[in-house]
Order: sequence, then structure tokens, then C-alpha cells
Amino acid sequence: MIEFSLNGKKIRTDAEADTPLLWVIRDEFGLKGTKFGCGIAMCGACTVHLNGSPVRSCSLPINAIANTDIRTIEGLENQHPLQKAWVEHQVPQCGYCQSGQIMQAAALLANNANPSEDEIETYMSGNLCRCMTYVRIKEAIKDVAMQSDSVVQIYKPKTTTQSTQGVV
Amino acid sequence: MTRLSKDTFVPSRRSFLIGSVGGGLMMAFAPAINALEVVSGGVAKQLSDKLFSPTVWFEININGQILVNIARAEMGQHVGTAIALIVADELGADWNKVEIKHVDTDPKWGYMVTGGSWSVFQTYVPMSQAGAAGRTALIDAGAKLLGVNPRDCKAENSMIVAGNQSVSFADIVKNGNIDRIFSADELAEFKPKSPANRQLISKPSKALDIPAKTNGSAKYGIDVELDNMVYARPVIPPTRHGSSVRRVDDSAAKSVKGYQGYQILKDPSDTVQGWVTVLADSYYGAIKAANALQVEYDVGETANVSEQDIIAAGEALVEDKRSGTLVVEEGDITKVAETAKTALESVYRTSSVLHFTLEPVNAAVEIKDGICHVHCGNQWQSLFLPVVAKAMGMNQDKIIIHQYYLGGGFGRRLMGDYMIPAALTAQAIGKPVKLVFTREDDTRFDCVRSPSVQQMNAYWGDDEQLLGIEHGAAAGWPTLAVAPSSMPEGVDKKGTYDPFAISGANHWYTLANHRVRAINNPLAQKTFVPGYLRAVGPGWTGWAVESFMDEIAHKQGVDPIDFRLSLLDASGKNAGTSPVSVGGARRLAKVLTDIRERANWGRKLPKNQGLGVAIAAGQERDMPTWGACIAHVEVDPETGTVKVHKLTGLLDCGTVVHPDGALAQTEGSMLWGLSLALFEGTAFEQGQVKDTNLNTYSPLRMNNIPELDISFVQNTEFPTGLGEPGLIAVAPAIANAIFNAVGARVRDLPIRPETVLAAMPS
Repeated sequence: MIEFSLNGKKIRTDAEADTPLLWVIRDEFGLKGTKFGCGIAMCGACTVHLNGSPVRSCSLPINAIANTDIRTIEGLENQHPLQKAWVEHQVPQCGYCQSGQIMQAAALLANNANPSEDEIETYMSGNLCRCMTYVRIKEAIKDVAMQSDSVVQIYKPKTTTQSTQGVV
Repeated sequence: MTRLSKDTFVPSRRSFLIGSVGGGLMMAFAPAINALEVVSGGVAKQLSDKLFSPTVWFEININGQILVNIARAEMGQHVGTAIALIVADELGADWNKVEIKHVDTDPKWGYMVTGGSWSVFQTYVPMSQAGAAGRTALIDAGAKLLGVNPRDCKAENSMIVAGNQSVSFADIVKNGNIDRIFSADELAEFKPKSPANRQLISKPSKALDIPAKTNGSAKYGIDVELDNMVYARPVIPPTRHGSSVRRVDDSAAKSVKGYQGYQILKDPSDTVQGWVTVLADSYYGAIKAANALQVEYDVGETANVSEQDIIAAGEALVEDKRSGTLVVEEGDITKVAETAKTALESVYRTSSVLHFTLEPVNAAVEIKDGICHVHCGNQWQSLFLPVVAKAMGMNQDKIIIHQYYLGGGFGRRLMGDYMIPAALTAQAIGKPVKLVFTREDDTRFDCVRSPSVQQMNAYWGDDEQLLGIEHGAAAGWPTLAVAPSSMPEGVDKKGTYDPFAISGANHWYTLANHRVRAINNPLAQKTFVPGYLRAVGPGWTGWAVESFMDEIAHKQGVDPIDFRLSLLDASGKNAGTSPVSVGGARRLAKVLTDIRERANWGRKLPKNQGLGVAIAAGQERDMPTWGACIAHVEVDPETGTVKVHKLTGLLDCGTVVHPDGALAQTEGSMLWGLSLALFEGTAFEQGQVKDTNLNTYSPLRMNNIPELDISFVQNTEFPTGLGEPGLIAVAPAIANAIFNAVGARVRDLPIRPETVLAAMPS
């Protein structure tokens, strides 16, 4: 049995130790916002935060995350400035990759509130968008970054544990 | 089967019903046949009994919320938003009160297909008329409540307004008792609003499906859960056709926790041949168990086919001038070829391309009370519903396909083949099944864009005047695979052809002598199921047409834009037809003239840089979106690497219904064009595609996007389509720019650095 925190809530799972976190999140805990794309950590659709850092949940076995804090797109509670910017810039097309894009971008801004264009491209190029919405993803990230870091930090996700780092 | 033509799906000669139903107001097209005769007990009764046959219908509840039901698949094109905008604008609705719902299959709802960039084109007039009929009924009812003459009323912002009095749609609906029918003739009297009176169409608006796609709540096929379902993963056989299972050894799979056995599928529809599905109580269990399963096959005859085999077969076919079906036959190209003073021949090839929808194909199936419920995202429900019925040995009216968001379509989900193994497995085990393909499974089962070979011949006479062009195009044909009876006859009546595997070759340049042959490549056809892939025929015929036009211009020593303009004279068949292609080639010439200025064509560039141009009129001659692209590239002469600095795109799609959606579709389709030009392309190896995942297949990423300058011609002509046309001109524009940069003519797609190097002038 493995215990970890999922969006601020302590949980436990009896899944096999080698089960990728993705399937536990989706099928055991029913959080379907995190997506299955390639299964080899190369598309980014399954991106979640582990102690605040972006990880590919399709390739992360559950036995590697004991006692960590996992946050998914649902854990942003529709409050993250990036989510508003994604609507404002009308980013998604099919939308399938966008949870992963937002989680990756949130991690970028949490570490670097004002990234350069190059830094955005480098940080985001692991996330494939098959509809090719890249122009708008970049614009939305720049928009949030320009609102200054104080805006990014308005968002503090609710937690029920002390250790959650979330996205800020 | 229903002929696959975009005109088939337009509701025509149907009356329109408006009635108070269950506290709300419902509006829908009547059934196609004998509309008035089936009305019994009034329109409201008919509506409440669901005796209507629309592809779209809408309702207003007592709170004034307007729900537009959409029978089109949502795969990122925000189609529901565009259709709802058309209805809501005519209705005089408050856009904030409009919602959309994507409906499941039901025979009453008519033919269901989403593709060809047809949705707005097909629905514009009927939806405008439906909205106008609704407005008329609401005005009449509102006028009665206000005690005024309907002629003094107007509908705006979900209110009926007469002078300084008004009543809301909600209050009109609450008062009930609306029972109206508009005959087909009355409906036809409603002309779409004049552009000056539009409140929503062509104005900024937000897509209705977007918020759910930013917080994880949008539900895709892969997110479906059914009570007591078992997870399944397929084991893909070594060939697409003709394999059969000889023996299965699951001894190693038995040690996987939650393993629930396997099924060898027997498919009366022959969609899947030699398939095994592996069952487990979790999807990861099914993945592991399938990996552990040993399956022995009698393999199909294409087990050793390679990409080169298919290309070689295509090369032999185009070389044989008698092969194929004539699609265009102007003048006498045979005679021209015999008498020509000079000639030019070029052969263009394109590699197999994967759809690679980010959501791997999947389906969840439950058989309950004699009905087979299929849950998945799909673009062409009406094509595969009968196939599911055949596979299951059930009647078509016992199959329902439930629609979800599509995690990418691009033509992959026009094929519903992935429903079949899920349905057969559910039937075999008597429990609901959720079958998910891994990425590798998805790719090996993809209906790829067929490799193609095209031979282009141009002929000149004594005075160095271009006399004519012959074009032969060989590839696997999607429509031959899935809807052969819908294929039209060639102009010589000597056979049929797939219009979706040649469209684009019948271009808008005026040529006195012009022959186009559509040639099926039988080796491609039997090795895989050729698929429709975004931009379909023009997506690869445009590669040959526009590269060759450039070659001709350079051979004649004429500026490539001047040369094209000289052939875009809008004469004869290229004059266009009102309303859809009104203006004809003249509109293409305008686009080309405008983009020349916009991209500053002809300016001096640094060494190894160049501009290249191409035009397109996708998707078909009877639904052209007039477009041009100018690419600015830089080539590294040492490595052959191509860097695209900028793509300028200019499109004329008539009225732009949803401007931001139009821009988004064009950004996506132009970057798809770039991705197919430089980054994508696989190859058949031993009967299957060799690239099955992102470790070797590399679509465009954010670090390779160029500057984009996209604009639309502002006019109020009939709206055409935008999902695909932006793609077509990109690859040839890049190739033509490479030639202008370093003098290397590339004729193979994708354009690889080694090909560029090999083509460099010594």
C-alpha cells in the first residue's frame, strides 16, 4: 500500500507497485483531466506536479511517489491565472493536451515568473499539441508572466496538509 | 449506401416546426418525407413525440436558456460554436444564454459525418432560415403579449422589443401555446440577415467548448466509465488484412494481477482479422498481460511489404500513360505531347503520414436490453454504425453511438474501425468493455495517408508557349476502402475514382490542354486501409501541382507569381458559379496579388535565404477556399537543414462566421502544413509502419514554430470551409522557397536535409 497526497488530500492505493501514477489518478481516483497520450513520457499530456515539479505520470511508477504531494489539473481548482489566460486567448482546440500544457506552464511560472521567449519554448517543447495551438499557448503564458509575479502568486490552492507546495 | 457528397447532408425541402413542449419551446426541421402528413395532434405533439428529423435543432427553456443540439463532432474546430452563432444571430439571441450539446446517433437525425471542412458551408443557409423562423414565431407571440403589431417588433438580446416595451424570450416561452409550422417554401423565403444587421456572425465571440478544456472537465471517449466494465487492450496482428490466429499462449499473462483472460475475435464485418483482445480489471493490467501474451499467426500476404515497394508500384503506374481514371480531359494532351518542341517531366513523392491523434483510439461498449451502446468520439457515425451492426449480428436500429469530445480527429476518426473490437469483446464476455489502444497499438492500426507518386509533364510549342500539362497521381484510395459505391465515374466513363484522392489536381489554372489521371495503387490498398488525413487529396496533390508550376515558371524565366496570375484568367470553367465559387479564379488571383504585397515579395534577402509561393483552392472545386502562402526559409548549405522563418497566409473563405475560430483553424492547419513538410513521415516496413511512437516520429514542437502572418479577405460571400485549406500551400511554398534560396529542387515529402543536400547545384 502506498500513501501520497493528491490535490492536498492524503490518500492510499493498493495498486501494484509498478503501476504508472497516471492510471491510479484516472481510474482509481476518477480524476480524468490528466490524459494518456504516448505512454513513454514524450508528449506531456499526462503532466502532473510532484512536490511542485512537473512529471510525466504515464511513466512514473506508484512506488516512486510514496509520501509525496501530487497535484493534477483538477487541483488548480479553475483558479490559476493560466486557466483564465487559456480562455482569454482561446487556446484549446481539441483540448486533449491542454491539461498537460497548463501544468507544465504552471511549473514554469512558479520557478521563473518572467521567462524569456526562448525559456518558454525550451520549457514547453516537451509538450506536444497535435492541433498545433503553440502560438496561443506561448501568448497565454507571456500574458500571465507580464501580469507580474504578484498576480501569479495570488493563487494559493486549498490544502489539507502542511507540506503541499502546489504550483506557486 | 448514401453517396458521399457534401450536398447529401443539407436538409432540403423540409418544413420547420416550432412548438411549446414540456414547459420549453422547441424548434426543429420536420422529417424529410411527407412532412405535413405525419403531423398529428399539432406541431407541439409531434415535437414532444420526437417526430422530427433535423441535423440540428434547438430549444429555449423557461429561463431563456437556448440549447442548440449539434450532430457534428467537436474535435477542436469549435463547430458547435459556429453553428450556434448562425442560429443565434438570426434568432436575435443573447449569446450568453446559448449552450450547445453534441448528440448521440439516432436514425431520425439524418446522416452524421464531420469532415471535408463542410460543416459551416452546409449549415449556413438552413441554420439561418431555422433561426429566422424561430425569430418570427417569437415576434408573433411577443407582439400578442405586448398588444402590438408584430411588424413593429424586433428581436434582440433575447428580447422582443417594440418601441420602449419589451418582453423576454423567457417570458414568451413561459406563456406557452406556440404551435407553428413553416413550410419548406416559407422557410426558403428567409434570406440570411444582411451583414450590416448581424449581431454575432463575424463578430468576436468565445468558443463554447473552451472553458471545459482548461480545467480537466471536458469528457473524451477515453474518459468514459461504465458500471462493471472490464478493461481491454488489443493485440494487433502483423498485417492489416488476412492474418489469422493460430495459437495463443497466455501462461505468462496469468501472473499479471487482475488478468481476466483473452478473446480471439470473430468479426463477420471483416474489419479486424486475426485479432486478440486481452482483458484485465485495470488498464495497466491489460497492457502488461498483452505484452506477456504469445500469439502465433498465419500471416497475411502483405507481411513483407515495404514503403519502397509501394512507391515503386506507384512509379510504374504513373509511367504507364494508360493507367487510372480520367478526371480532367481538356484539349488533346496526347497530340500535344507528340508535337511539343520542349517538355519537362517531374515526379513527386510523399511518404506515409500518421494521424497521431493525441487521444489514442478507444471505445467503451455495453449491451443492455438488446441495445448495443458504443461510447467514443467519432466523425462519421453513419459510416460505421452499419458495420458495428454487421459485426455484432444485430439490426442497425439496435446500435447507438454516444458522442464525446474527440481528442483529435484530423480524419482518423472518420473511420470507426476501433469500435469493432470493443463491441465484439463486450459481446463475447457478456460484460461492458472499455478497449483502449496504447499509442503503439493506435499507430499500427492507423489508416495512414497513403504514400503517393505523381508524375507531371509540361509541353511547350515552337513559340515557347506552354501548351498543356498532364498529371498522373497514384496512391491508396480511402473511399475505395470504406465507401466504394459512392465513387463517381471518370470523364471518359471508363471507371470510377476516389475524388478525395485527386481533388486539387483539378485546379483553377486555365490550360488549353490538361489531363488528370487518378490512379489507384493496389499494393497500398491491400497493405493498409488508406485514410483521410487533414486536407485529404489537396494535401498531397497540391505538393505536385504547386511545385511543378514553380518549376515551369523558372524554366520559362518568369516570376512565379506573374506566371500563376497569367493562368488565373477566370475564363470558361474557371469563372466560378454563384454563390459558392462566385468570382472563380479571379478571387484566387486577388489573394495572390494581395499576398505578394503583404509578404514583400521580390525583396533582396541574405545569402541562403529565399521566399517561395504556392496557392490552393481546397477542399474541392465546388467548395473552394481561396488561399495563398509565402514561406521565408533559410537553408544551411553544409547540412541541408531548412529553417522556416516566416509563413504568410492569406485566405478568402467568404463570410468569416467565427473570426477567432477561423484564425485558430488556420494557425493549426498552416503549422500542420509545416509539420508535414519538414517533420513528419514514416515508412512501411514488413507490412506495417515503422514509427509507432514519439521516440522516432516527431511532429512539430513549439521550438520550431516560425512567425505566422495570417489574414482573411474581408467580404460577405458565401462561407466555405477552413479546417483544412490552410495546410495545402505550405509544403510547396517551402519547397519553392528552398529552390529560391539555394537552387535545390526537392520533390519528396517530407523534405529531409539529405534530400536538400543531394539536390544542391554543384
